Parts: sequence; structure tokens; C-alpha cells
Amino acid sequence: MAQYADAENQRVRTIGDFLVSSFGRILIALIVPAVTFVVLWQGFIFLRDSNAPQLVITLIAIVWGVGGVAMLFFVSNWLIEQLPQRWMRYLQPFLFVGPAIAILTWYLAIPTLRTFWLSLRNTNGSQFVGLNGQGVPFIQNYIEVFTQRIMLEAFRNNLLWMVLGTSLTVILGLLVAVLADRSKAESIWKSLIFLPMAISFVGAGVIWGMVYEYNPNVGLLNAITGIFGAEPQAWLINQPWNNFFLIVTVIWLQSGYAMVLLSAALKGVPGELLEAARVDGANEIQIFFKILIPYIQGTIITVTTTVVIFTLKVFDAVIVMTGGQYGTEVIGVRFYRESFINRNSGYGSTIAIILLIAVIPVMIYNLKQFGEREVF
Amino acid sequence: MESLKVRRLLSSIAVNGALFLICFIWTIPTLALLISSFRPRDDIKSSGWWTVLPHRGWQTTEELPIPEDMTRDEPITIEGITATYDEFREGVVSEDRQTQFLWVGNLRSGRIEVRERKWGVNWDFTFENYGQVLAGKTYEITNADGSVSIVQGDNFTGAFLNTFTVAIPATVIPILIAAFAAYGFAWMRFPLRKVMFIGVVALLVVPLQIALIPIMRDYVSLDLNGTFLAVWLAHTGFGLPLATYLLYNYISGLPRDILESAFIDGASHFTIFLRLILPLSVPALASFAIFQFLWVWNDYLVALIFLGVTNSDIQVMTMRIQEMTGSRGQDFHALTAGAFVSILVPMIVFFSLQRFFVRGLLAGSVKG
Repeated sequence: MAQYADAENQRVRTIGDFLVSSFGRILIALIVPAVTFVVLWQGFIFLRDSNAPQLVITLIAIVWGVGGVAMLFFVSNWLIEQLPQRWMRYLQPFLFVGPAIAILTWYLAIPTLRTFWLSLRNTNGSQFVGLNGQGVPFIQNYIEVFTQRIMLEAFRNNLLWMVLGTSLTVILGLLVAVLADRSKAESIWKSLIFLPMAISFVGAGVIWGMVYEYNPNVGLLNAITGIFGAEPQAWLINQPWNNFFLIVTVIWLQSGYAMVLLSAALKGVPGELLEAARVDGANEIQIFFKILIPYIQGTIITVTTTVVIFTLKVFDAVIVMTGGQYGTEVIGVRFYRESFINRNSGYGSTIAIILLIAVIPVMIYNLKQFGEREVF
Repeated sequence: MESLKVRRLLSSIAVNGALFLICFIWTIPTLALLISSFRPRDDIKSSGWWTVLPHRGWQTTEELPIPEDMTRDEPITIEGITATYDEFREGVVSEDRQTQFLWVGNLRSGRIEVRERKWGVNWDFTFENYGQVLAGKTYEITNADGSVSIVQGDNFTGAFLNTFTVAIPATVIPILIAAFAAYGFAWMRFPLRKVMFIGVVALLVVPLQIALIPIMRDYVSLDLNGTFLAVWLAHTGFGLPLATYLLYNYISGLPRDILESAFIDGASHFTIFLRLILPLSVPALASFAIFQFLWVWNDYLVALIFLGVTNSDIQVMTMRIQEMTGSRGQDFHALTAGAFVSILVPMIVFFSLQRFFVRGLLAGSVKG
């Protein structure tokens, strides 16, 4: 791109001309950012302190937030374009990628290091953990995370979530994708399975909380088992099965995702391949296991990884339905309670680091994939 | 040939039947929520939502005055049925099992309802649950007996507006920033370009839990906690890796010659980005926008931590619902109405823009 920019704007100016214009430019270059800053700051103060009707606040907040970011881009670009060509060409890329890199650094990259640092330190981060004779220096948090009974329970449950939740989600998604592919009403079936994707975990918690309700006049499950003469059950309290009933909610939410990806992959299987197999006398089950599954293997792996990461971090679904009680504790809930209820930043950070370590294989895989792309 | 047709028909019935069964199970819980939210508060607990379907049950056909010389201990005879007061309170069923006698009210001033087993539907619907949930400080409800009582509203209107206030900027800001960055990575050359982009790819799957404690500390020292700006920025930070990655994939795939001819015409990067790239990228921007909007709208954790539970004026809907399940988990009338209000907007977005949403998912979505 640069060579084209080189060609443009090679104007020659007199020295006087340059001085006058550059003085004016510098003045404007100072005023414009200052005005921008004042406007944005006033908006912030207004939003923080105003008692205006809520609808007004909502509208102003949206305009301020969205407009503010756009304005910052415009003003900084205008400023950069005031600079001499050489400078402009050097700085403009940083205007484009700078904000994203700055935010990613502040919000994800540096916090990773800070969280690791905190995980070595005590409750409020004031000194290294375990230095005053209580436990092993530096790694006491990690020792506790791997020995505390409640954490072990959380690890066990997360394993259950990952294995059971993921496999059932993928199998159901695949089942619906294969079946819907053979139905004329394909898009209707797919929409209905996909719909829960739009619902929050909190909403799903309310929806399934009602299904599991003890009162058989409210709880569908108890009403159904009641028909067969069974006593009402507290499905979300009876251990260890309550974990399974929690996992069902996530299968319900996520199967649509698996179905959409797998369905798209199935559409990519060449028809001739299937025809050839049929001509050779393969039955549908053989075609499914010998041709379809190997062909869409890549997508199955992608879907599985995504759902595994999802179940690893599960939080809302559990906190709404059981709050992590009755043996349903998971890592996500533990992290929240330790960090923000018990205010133990050392311990909370340690749990966060464990979550990070768990996704590192996926991170490496992503980087490898990216490295294999030649275009960049 | 005939047998082939029959086989085709049978397999089609099997396929559609199986799909119907799965979809039926998938839809029932949401349908239950919707129906329950329109039923009167007492009905929800005393009869299942499925009684809105035709069913066989006891229906009152006649009301009898209670005998005057009634005492609690001695059995009495009504219409040929002999039982004690306590048994009548439970409901006494006649021998042919077709009639039930039920004592309603107390010993002195009650009445006896004669009920028969009949087919019927329980179509008693009301908007009062929504009225109460959406109302601010107080809300008047009319009870079954005609009296009026005043209850505390749940102010979901406020929470609804707050959710919008959080969701729209938290969707647009990351897209804008990511679009600039994607253009920069795709069409500009600068030092450390590759290193930075590798950083973006590496951050794709980093769990957001890793950032919550340090960011919380920053917000406390900047006095940003409990402001919308804090939540916008947090969602921007957590959404940026995926947004940048997806938009980069799209923007870098745009045909080179369009841009080159624009450069020859003397357009600057900024102009090309605004006039050319943004309009061309609408499909990609839309798919990510829907993705991010649903994510933010449905988010609970980030809002919980950065908006805080102390000031209920700035709470979003997921926080309110979670609070209700904790403190008033048995108030199904309010819970169902509140939950339905909160899933209404994502459902509309979802149904009207499903195509874009699916495209976004297919473009690869591993969110941290």
C-alpha cells in the first residue's frame, strides 16, 4: 500500500507558508482534543450523577458510549493527518490497531500475569502466601486448591460436566443434523433446536427450575413420574443425580450450536461419495460411520473443543439453580465465591490460573493452525 | 417400484417422527414458562400449566350451604354421603367416583362444593404478573375474591432499560475497534504486526475469569466500579479477540484490486476504511454484532462483578432474576414473567437475524 501513498501530495511550500500554517495547525491540534476530552468527560459526569428519567439516561448513555468511541477515532485520525506525510504514514497503523492492542493488553494480557502473581500471594495480595510459617511458601494456594474437599468436589463435577455434557451435546447435535438433513421441514426443526441458544443461562435456570420443581402442580418432571405413582422428588437436591439434571440444561442450550456446525459440515459431504457407497451396497449405518463421521471429523473436534471450554467455565446455570450447594459445586462458582464473596484474591486467582492451564492445549492448537496459514 | 415408495414413506415418517419428538421435548420447557407467566399467581401453584390443555378433572357444578348444627367431631350426612368435617375438607368422593364433595372455608362460615369429573380447560389468563414485574415501587393486584392488595413491583422496566444501556454500546464499541484493527492487520504494514496478531489469536480462548480480579482492582482505584463505562470496557476487552479475528478473516479476504484502485485515486486509509471497507463488511459485522449482543444481553457474571449488587438502580435483568430465584424462588408468577421479559429481545433478534447468526457461528467461534 505504502508505495501509492508515496506518490501523493508531494507539494513544495515556501518556508513562511509552512510556519504560518504549522502554527495554526498546532493551535487547532491542541484545541480539538481538548474539546473532545471536555465533551466526553462532561458526558461521563452527567451519566454518573444525573437524576434524569431512566429512558433519557439510557439514550444518552448509548449515544455517549458509541459516539464517544467513534469521535475518538475521528479526532485522532484528524490529528495524525495534520502531521507531515512521513509521520502520518508511520503513525496511522497504530491508530488502527492501537486501541484494540491497548485494550487487549489492559484487559487480558497483563491481567493474566497479574493473576498469576496474585495466585502466589495471600488473601489480600499484600505478601507472598505461606511465608509466616503457615504452609508452603509461594505455592500454598495451589496446594489448598488441590486438596480442599470442596475443590475436589468441583473438579469431579466439572469432569462430569465436560464428559457427559459435551458428549451428549455433540451426539444430540449430530443426530438432529443427520435427521433434519433428510426431512423436508429441515429449517423448522433446526430453528426449534437452535432457539435455546438465544436464552441466557439465568433464564434457562428459571425454565428448568420449574421443570424440576418439587410441587407436582408446578414441576413437570414430578407430574410425569406422579402418573406412574412415584412420590415427588427434589431433583436438584438429591445427590449425585442432581448434577445430571443441571447438565441437562446446558445440553438443552448448546445442542443447537453443535447441530448448526455439524449440519453445515454434513452439507459439504459430496453427493457422489454417498451414491458410490450406496451402489456398492453399503447400508445407511455403514455410510454414517464409515463416510460421514470421518468426513466431518474436523468439525466434530471444533464443536467438542468449544463445548468442553464452555462446560469448563460453567457458572450461571449452577448458581441460579443450586448455588453450588448439595454437591453441585463447580470451578466457576468456586472462583466467584472465593474471589468476590470471601474476598480471597490469592485463592481466587489460583482457581483462575487452573482454568487458564486447562485451555492452554486449545490455545497451542489455535496458534499452530494459524502458523500453518501462509498468507499472513 | 411400489415397495420402494412405501419404504421411502416409512423412512420419512420415522425421520420426521423422531425429529418431532426431540423438538417437542426441546420446546416444552420454554412453552411452560410462557404459559405459566400468564396464569394467575394462585393457579400456578395449585394446578399444572398443562391444565390449559383439555383434561379430565373435578369441576364445581353446584354449591351447597353447610348444615347448621355441625360440630367438628361427629360425622354428618350430605346428599347420602357420611363423613366428618375433616374428611370433607380433604374432599369426599362418591362411590361411583363421579362426584366429589369439598368443604371450602372454615367450620362455621364455609360452603360445600359439589364437583363432577368432566373434560375441561383451565383458561384463566391474566396480565397481572407482567404488571407486577414491570411496575416500579408499588402495584395493585385484584385478588380472586375481588379485594385489592398492594404489592411491591419488581421494576423490570428499569432493569430492561439498563440491559439495553449495557448491551448496545458493549456490542458496537468492540466491533468498531475490532474493525479498525482488522483493517490495520490486513492492509497496513508496520513493525510487530505479526507478533501482535499472534497475541490476538492466543487470547481467543483465555477464560475471562483470569482478568476479573485485576480489573476489579483497577476499577476500584479509578472509581469506575458500578458505572456502565466499566461494563462496556470489560465486554469490549473480552469480546475483542474473537471480533478482531473474525473481522480480519473477512476483511483480508476482500479483493485487493478494489483497494488498490482507491489508493491510486488518492484516498487515505481512513477514507477507504469508512467508505469502502465498512460497507463491504456488513455481513461479517452483522454476524459478530448478533453474537456479541446475545452474549452481552445474556451475560450475568461480568455485570454481577462490575455493576455490583449494592445499587439496584443499575442492575441488568439477569441480576434481577437471579436475585428473585434466591429470595423469592417460590414466586413463580413473578419469576416466569420476569424471565420471559428477559428472553423476549434475544428471541426477536434471533428469529429475525438467524441467518447472520448462523454465519457468525460457522465463521468459527471459540470465546474466552
